[in-house]
Amino acid sequence: MTPGFANPVADAQACFRAVLDAIAHPGRIRSVPHVGAPAPLCAASAAVLLTLVDQETPLRLDPEAEPARPWIAFHTGAPTNGDSFVLALSWPDLETLPAGTDEVPEASATVILQVSSLTDGQTYVLEGPGLREPAKFRVAGLPADFASIWLRNHSRFPRGIDLILCAGDTLAALPRSVSVKEA
Amino acid sequence: MSGLSCLDVYTASDAMDDPRSPRQRWMSVLARADAGLLRALLDAQKPLPAYKVLRGPEAGLVMVRGRAGGGGAAFNLGEMTVTRCTVGTENGLIGHAYVQGRDEKRAELAALGDALMQDPAWAEMLECEVIRKLESHQARRRAERAGKAATTKVQFFAMQTMRT
Repeated sequence: MTPGFANPVADAQACFRAVLDAIAHPGRIRSVPHVGAPAPLCAASAAVLLTLVDQETPLRLDPEAEPARPWIAFHTGAPTNGDSFVLALSWPDLETLPAGTDEVPEASATVILQVSSLTDGQTYVLEGPGLREPAKFRVAGLPADFASIWLRNHSRFPRGIDLILCAGDTLAALPRSVSVKEA
Repeated sequence: MSGLSCLDVYTASDAMDDPRSPRQRWMSVLARADAGLLRALLDAQKPLPAYKVLRGPEAGLVMVRGRAGGGGAAFNLGEMTVTRCTVGTENGLIGHAYVQGRDEKRAELAALGDALMQDPAWAEMLECEVIRKLESHQARRRAERAGKAATTKVQFFAMQTMRT
């Protein structure tokens, strides 16, 4: 078992700010405060969990992330019987996740996906709210047909899932409002 | 093994009528312990193992609920300041402590005590040298306070009979 944030309040606030920035500016890469992440989680996904997940936010845990379950349970106390948040080490099937309804779009899942890199790999062009001009975004570890999967997710706006991508101690986000094309 | 160790003595007599699990008992004793005394007793042991703090020590409030006067439904009596701490030792044992007040060192020591009590290499020695001593110290203090309070108790029945 490793400790969580060294300074729980300030670090969680800093990490919350990073997530907020990343969602407001899709594709922008932010780094998170240091955290003693348990294998197989990377620092960024562990920090995002510590920041966003608590007793009132059910979390779905990827079976591959099972070794981190005691750490998550101890530090966040999140029940693992729902899917407000989904921690995924590999691409999850978006169709099985709640996308909210037109009346309650916020009742949707936020997927925290661990990818191998946010600095190389496939290049995508992002367009949408928060981006004055189309932005280039590179990510390694997404499925080959990601652009078409995302099109389905984006087209059901305001329903849809939001994606937080974590690699090492950096994160970026793709909210449902952003459209993604392969460059 | 020859003779009874102090653990055997405990199991034989007290455990019978104690509804708490052994861990609940020692956690409760450690949580009530006076910081100076606990520190002194732990320091008197062989070198304490290295440990790291997993959470806290951090202070917060807990709502104390109880049946005031002993009757009726549980009632929110008030909030109480509590400091909690969790430590992990090198061999993977995890100790928790929730202590009254804001004394962070005390919470950390109590958590370390809880972790070591789960370690068979430490349990017996700590039971004899630390837990027992703390327990008797606490019992003495409780009896002292109960004695002081008892002298202020008014015996209404006795006064009635004196008047008639």
